[in-house]
Amino acid sequence: MDVAIVGIGIHPFGRTPARTGLQQGAYAARAALKDAGVEWRDIQFAFGGSASAGSADALVNELGLTGIPFINVANGCATGGSSLISAYNAIKSGQYDIGLVAGFDKHDRGAFNADPKELGIGQWYGEVGMMMTTQFFAMKIQKYMHDYGISTDSLARVSEKSFINGAKNPNAWRREPIGLDEIKSATMVNDPLTKYMFCSPSEGGVALILCRADHASRYTRTPVYLKAASFRSRRFGSFEVFAPSQALQQVDGPTVDASRAAFEMAGVGPKDIDVMQLQDTEAGAEIMHMAENGFCEHGEQEHLLASGATHIDGRMPVNTDGGCIANGEPIGASGLRQVYENVAQLRGAAGERQVPGDPKLAYTHVYGAPGISAVTILQK
Amino acid sequence: MPHQVPIAEGLFTWPADQPALLCSRCQHCGIASFPVADSCMACSGQEVSVEELPNQGTLWTWTVQHFMPKTPYNSGETMETFKPYGVGYVELPGGVRVEGRLTESDPQKLQIGMPMEVVFAPYRTDDDGNEVISFFFRPVQ
Ligand SMILES: [Zn+2]
Repeated sequence: MDVAIVGIGIHPFGRTPARTGLQQGAYAARAALKDAGVEWRDIQFAFGGSASAGSADALVNELGLTGIPFINVANGCATGGSSLISAYNAIKSGQYDIGLVAGFDKHDRGAFNADPKELGIGQWYGEVGMMMTTQFFAMKIQKYMHDYGISTDSLARVSEKSFINGAKNPNAWRREPIGLDEIKSATMVNDPLTKYMFCSPSEGGVALILCRADHASRYTRTPVYLKAASFRSRRFGSFEVFAPSQALQQVDGPTVDASRAAFEMAGVGPKDIDVMQLQDTEAGAEIMHMAENGFCEHGEQEHLLASGATHIDGRMPVNTDGGCIANGEPIGASGLRQVYENVAQLRGAAGERQVPGDPKLAYTHVYGAPGISAVTILQK
Repeated sequence: MPHQVPIAEGLFTWPADQPALLCSRCQHCGIASFPVADSCMACSGQEVSVEELPNQGTLWTWTVQHFMPKTPYNSGETMETFKPYGVGYVELPGGVRVEGRLTESDPQKLQIGMPMEVVFAPYRTDDDGNEVISFFFRPVQ
């Protein structure tokens, strides 16, 4: 049984002081239900997650107590992807016909502060100031730039594009274009990354309605099919966040593994993809993830970015909604935002940021601590 | 001279004439882990021995932390006294790449591949007035 996405809903990302994270989740869920033309009482199951805004299953208090099995998912940056995989399997197995996936969050300002003990790392690691995701991303891109000849200009070009796309997205947080020079000369956060090259924790909510593919036409004229959903954790030897040491022999990270699994599952290759949303926790991550997901060779990004290939009208549009850099990262909602954007693109309903040429295949990728990655491939 | 205590037990030999970082080495596959672990992340083996890591290596990658982290950061600094610090992975030959704070925080003076050595120095003073000793990597002069 194939699985279709027949409803999508989003609560704008950014800062919404008047609404709790849960309320933003409920707002997105109601929008998704309305989009699919179904009532909450018709939904047979739900998976959802939130890192800092309470239990996702508390959504039933907002939406109504129908006795629905609502399972909470907690998997860091891959929370949304993990919820989606769970819902996909629930329908594919034949157990259910229609269900909801939801993710929302509301984080404090400033960088995330992780607790070493929760990840089985000694307290000393945090005390000396190494329990910082930003440092990992900076050190990974520093090494990558050294090995593959990527310039600081390329980092700035990624952010420049994110803000251009964000300006076209009514649900984005950052909606003002910022020039290349301003991005490059902004306050340094972790060398080589300035403050405009990082995403920040934010708020928002996304919900999706999934159903058996053979029921999709009941709910929408533009079903989008979930052709693949994969998730992987790190293998020994990959270079990962929150690692007091790294093995001398390096192996591919979870992104490479999840990507390969997804392409195999969908029976398509990187060249077939028309639009892609790639985890851009910072500008360097987008660059590295282009290659890790198989869309180019290592080092090729330098000329791809300079030629504008990753812009909406380019030959491989990346993060058409502004990505994490323009939307911020509400952990529970972030991965689902990518799926929301791809469904909008495949429906031809992305407005000002619509990728030209009637895109048919779309790709999402998240990466997060402590070394996990989730990928989806959607087809219309 | 104030009493000195290591920032964590088992991270490095202390006190010692020639202190050194400690790793565990898997008796089955030979992979080294820092800090010392009860089992091997490479092969799941549970027979490990503890050994000293070399004191010198090369800088594998680095960054500089320009803003003061939130807790659990605990350096005794305030927002006013905070100074940016370098962080990097140093490849210790035959061992593992260890992440540590660098004594150097000037990006112009840090380069991938440069020789580094481990040093042990006071990091902060604890509530009892003890000097808390941690490890740092320093460019080899
Ligand atoms: Zn082993």
